[in-house]
Amino acid sequence: MKIMVAVKRVVDYNIKVRIKPDESDVDISGVKMSVNPFDENAIEEALRLKEKGIASEIVAVSLGTTANQDVLRHALAMGVDRAVLVASDTVLQPLGIAKLLKAVIEREQPALIILGKQAIDDDAGQTGQMLAALLGYGQGTFISTLVIEGREAIVTREIDGGTQQLAVSLPAVLTADLRLNEPRFVKLPNLMMARKKPIETLNAAELGVEFSPRLQQLKVSEPPVRKPGIRVASVTELLEKLRVHEGLLI
Amino acid sequence: MSVLILAEHDGQQLNPGVYRAVSAARFWELPVHLLVTGGNTANIAELAAAIAGVQRVICLDSTHLVHPLAEDVANIIAVLGQQYRVILAAHGAFSKNILPRAAALLDVAMISDVLEIKADNTYVRSIYAGSVHSIIRSIDPIQVLTVHGSSFPVANSGGHAEIINLDVPAPIDKTRWLSENHSQSEHPALNSASVVVAGGRSLGSAENFEALLAPLAAKLGAAMGATRAAVDAGYAPNEMQVGQTGIVVAPELYIAIGVSGAVQHTFGMKDSKLIVAINQDPDAPIFQVADYGLVADLFEAVPALAAAIIQREKDQL
Ligand SMILES: Cc1cc2nc3c(=O)[nH]c(=O)nc-3n(C[C@H](O)[C@H](O)[C@H](O)COP(=O)(O)OP(=O)(O)OC[C@H]3O[C@@H](n4cnc5c(N)ncnc54)[C@H](O)[C@@H]3O)c2cc1C
Ligand SMILES: Nc1ncnc2c1ncn2[C@@H]1O[C@H](COP(=O)(O)O)[C@@H](O)[C@H]1O
Repeated sequence: MKIMVAVKRVVDYNIKVRIKPDESDVDISGVKMSVNPFDENAIEEALRLKEKGIASEIVAVSLGTTANQDVLRHALAMGVDRAVLVASDTVLQPLGIAKLLKAVIEREQPALIILGKQAIDDDAGQTGQMLAALLGYGQGTFISTLVIEGREAIVTREIDGGTQQLAVSLPAVLTADLRLNEPRFVKLPNLMMARKKPIETLNAAELGVEFSPRLQQLKVSEPPVRKPGIRVASVTELLEKLRVHEGLLI
Repeated sequence: MSVLILAEHDGQQLNPGVYRAVSAARFWELPVHLLVTGGNTANIAELAAAIAGVQRVICLDSTHLVHPLAEDVANIIAVLGQQYRVILAAHGAFSKNILPRAAALLDVAMISDVLEIKADNTYVRSIYAGSVHSIIRSIDPIQVLTVHGSSFPVANSGGHAEIINLDVPAPIDKTRWLSENHSQSEHPALNSASVVVAGGRSLGSAENFEALLAPLAAKLGAAMGATRAAVDAGYAPNEMQVGQTGIVVAPELYIAIGVSGAVQHTFGMKDSKLIVAINQDPDAPIFQVADYGLVADLFEAVPALAAAIIQREKDQL
């Protein structure tokens, strides 16, 4: 069984992003970039299925500029077999990304496609569901466990207030929650080796799909800040403030 | 042209977010329709029809919709959706699963977790775990979006919408529902509680988490919340996780105990009306969003707080 994982290059989660002076967008020049955390869970799960003898080949795909080669190298260093860059210099949004991924999937024919449940830059959480729709496949989103049984993926999904178990027919699209697994650390020798591996590049414009952005960002800004708080010296003072100043009946 | 709201329910009650979604929908000044799918939605339809501002409740009943799957509900929305200007829902695991799928079937973009509606196609939403606000405009003919619950008021009752039943398309049959586990807790539900007591990794064990936080939560009638670190360590179940990748809450009072205040956590609680933080590190980022901060060892401060509240109750008797 072939597995495809989608890997997005995002600003590292530890970085506080700045806003450009003209407020047109965030300024990510010179900022540390990483694999989207959820996509590392997707890669890790695919690797475990290969180690169990269930998967035969893992292909990682990333869409974006040639800079995205670094996240593909990270995926190769973790252990995926092949890497594909869908190159485009234009703004890519979930619907367009889903259409481009679909074109790659039609060439690669994986039985399982695993994405992250959300990208930590746009916080959209849409691409996997959109891809499943376009392919006409079943979907298992926000998954925290995965077992392959015959022609089905048995998944646990994290839902509000609990969990849900589904059996999704293969081929299927799944999206990984952080709790799916603990991604392995990449060892330096593996990273060195991954530098030498080839990355196949496809030109997005040549995949025969329409992927122009439907959403226009007009402006970005700092979120409103809360008014500065007060330090209290003791539990007694805290309760006094809550009762007298805030009128809480506690 | 109208607005269609995807309504979440558990067979007994509408999800509280539905009432907020109705308020958001009224922005367009178009008729508002509520879509209810399920096994037997008659009682839910009555509740939905009583929300002020709703003109029509559209019911689709079938045994395969008792546990609705994204494949089926998205298909229903795609079939109905062509006639709508706007399709929206309250942001949550239910809508996040279904609406992107429906949007792709309709070949339109989706706008997730809208904080504010600026114009009939222009929205404010947050990016980078809430650290930046972005204003975006959608050029699509159908606007598909989820709205951030706490940003919109709860719609009143007093409506008299018509209720119609539609034929249900055949099941898609790509996915089978197996089971569901809902946490049984004596505390109120996290996403609708008016007080939340949340703990972090510093509680040190599941036993401490329960022993320190539960009595305080019980006294305050509060729901319990947790950081991802506390959940990952096994101190609290995952449905308690508050934050970017957990649940977003906006109670009247949020008490963060031994929580560092990472942006991924504060994303889920910074809209709370009043925030209290107890942390032994005076420089912990949580104090930047707290209205009242107490620098203290939680193992002393939390029992003292619970005791003081109990004492006060006794004094009042
Ligand atoms: C992609 C991604 C998504 C994430 N999503 C979420 C999310 O949804 N929700 C979330 O919460 N996190 C999330 N995180 C994790 C987040 O970045 C932080 O790691 C996490 O919130 C920290 O949890 P904590 O505050 O319990 O632990 P820590 O950061 O370890 O903080 C512990 C705090 O306890 C204090 N402390 C220690 N001992 C005591 C004591 N005796 N008395 C008083 N105070 C004490 C310390 O001073 C410290 O401030 C996410 C991370 C990533 C990468
Ligand atoms: N440019 C991209 N390249 C590869 N995968 C992507 C890209 N954008 C999104 N994805 C995948 O889609 C998931 C969800 O992204 P989003 O819908 O933007 O929150 C990510 O976790 C990735 O797995």
